[in-house]
Amino acid sequence: MHLVRLRSKSERAPSLKTTATRLALVFAALIFVAAFLVLPLVTVFAQAFAQGWRVYADAVCREDVIAALKLTALVAAFAVPLNVIFGLAASWAIARFDFVGKKLLNSLIDIPLAVSPVVAGIMYVEVFGLRGWLGAWLSAHNLHIIFAVPGIVLATVFVTFPFVARELIPFMQAQGCDEEEAAVVLGASAPSIFWRITLPNIKWPLLYGTILAASRSIGEFGAVSVVSGHIRGLTVTTPLEVEMLYNEYNFTAAFAVASLLTLAAVVTLIVKKAIELATGIHGERETGERAR
Amino acid sequence: MNDRASTQKSWRFKQSSPLPGFGLSLGYTLFYLTIIVLLPLAAIVLRSLHNGPARFLRAISTPRVAAACWLTLESSLLASVVTAIFGSLVAWVLARYNFPGRRLIDALIDLPFALPTAVAGISLTALYSETGWIGRHLEPRGIHIVFTQWGIVLAMSFVGLPFVVRSVQPVLEEIDSAMEEAAISLGASDWQVFTRILAPVCLPALITGTALAFARAAGEYGSVIFIAGNMPMKTEIAALLVVTKLEEYDYVGASAIAVAMLALSFVVMLTLNLLQWRLQRRKGERV
Repeated sequence: MHLVRLRSKSERAPSLKTTATRLALVFAALIFVAAFLVLPLVTVFAQAFAQGWRVYADAVCREDVIAALKLTALVAAFAVPLNVIFGLAASWAIARFDFVGKKLLNSLIDIPLAVSPVVAGIMYVEVFGLRGWLGAWLSAHNLHIIFAVPGIVLATVFVTFPFVARELIPFMQAQGCDEEEAAVVLGASAPSIFWRITLPNIKWPLLYGTILAASRSIGEFGAVSVVSGHIRGLTVTTPLEVEMLYNEYNFTAAFAVASLLTLAAVVTLIVKKAIELATGIHGERETGERAR
Repeated sequence: MNDRASTQKSWRFKQSSPLPGFGLSLGYTLFYLTIIVLLPLAAIVLRSLHNGPARFLRAISTPRVAAACWLTLESSLLASVVTAIFGSLVAWVLARYNFPGRRLIDALIDLPFALPTAVAGISLTALYSETGWIGRHLEPRGIHIVFTQWGIVLAMSFVGLPFVVRSVQPVLEEIDSAMEEAAISLGASDWQVFTRILAPVCLPALITGTALAFARAAGEYGSVIFIAGNMPMKTEIAALLVVTKLEEYDYVGASAIAVAMLALSFVVMLTLNLLQWRLQRRKGERV
């Protein structure tokens, strides 16, 4: 521990300044984070490689695992762009105009954050399921949404719904609309305002929100589990494959597939942190860190 | 919303602005919001209303459902307390001290957001089972985590931690240190600085973060079901019971529990919004 040179993060934070207190607090936090966050992370890989590389490679190359990975990519490829378009529309309307009911609309966008994923799944079953609102009509036209890929996409869209909008709205509100108004006065068309001014200005928060949405689409379990029907090779996404392998007591294979998802999560964290450090979105802007 | 849009000319639905695209962007936002969120939400609420309050109450008050709801509520509350305590500690250390690996830990805090819940679930189960790295030290001492309520609380705390840290940390970073310096130069002890200055400033953020963690915990599914063991009446959470009922084609029962869970999360969110609104007003008065 003598390597740990403790100093107050900014010289102007005077409280709790005894080194012993500091040392104890930092030590407690480190122990907690190690046990609570690092160990579960390491466990995934330890379990995945418990029986060696061969077994790991065989597990991730199984046919149903490949199918699950493909389905996960497909679902994310639909869900993420849909929410990016929504995020752009919502942030343009909310951050650039004043209208009646704006606050209400702003709160409504957050609803999916408050709803349990399982409840989200049930909601779609109530609309599109065999006994749901549109169930009879859908089955008459031989359209399958629940227990099929469209239902999985819908459930994923729901749980990732606010991610892009939540990043863009506060950023664009803080930025103001001077540049866009100047462009209008100078005669720019709407598309050229968007492509030349708005998009370059918001590219980092847009990327940030998109990464969060993509990460969640890849990992969503509860909502997808309700609408999927668990048909191997057809409606099983990667997290559901982990569950099915685990419930079949095929633990090593379950952790092997889980290790792929964990890798995706770690990459997400790294990219997210890199964007934060590079651009100052969320974080160390106003602390002494960068100023010094 | 549409009737408002049609009357916009008469009472100024929208403040004038030279920017283009208002109709298109708001129209698309409302359309998409309605299709994805509002209609499905209405579907499940209407289904419950349609079934009538008697059937709703009967579905929600069976011993198994009541036990699951109570277990979920109790475990989420315990998990909120755990995350509030440890989340504050981590937020304080991250906001105030520099030490090797601070950035790494700062990035790791978001792991429960990024890690798929199913992966978190099986990993925590492996870690705390009797052969796991932590479980093998606890089991001989008679501490059982896996397949008990403690496992549920543990998983719920795991998913809730980032909410508390990310709420409290920015507030701690922004506190005006002049107040602390003034207090210390006037002879205040560390404890007084903590209770009189830091705690009151951080409390709203701590409450917000803890409430968000509570709401998340109450609805959590993926990370809990593996470690809980899912014994009816003992370690079966509400979210799992919804899925079980659905698999048994008990739509009335499933949607009744789902509506109860929805109601709980809306109460939490509404309370938070009111709290924030009151705080903003108080801040406005002071300025």
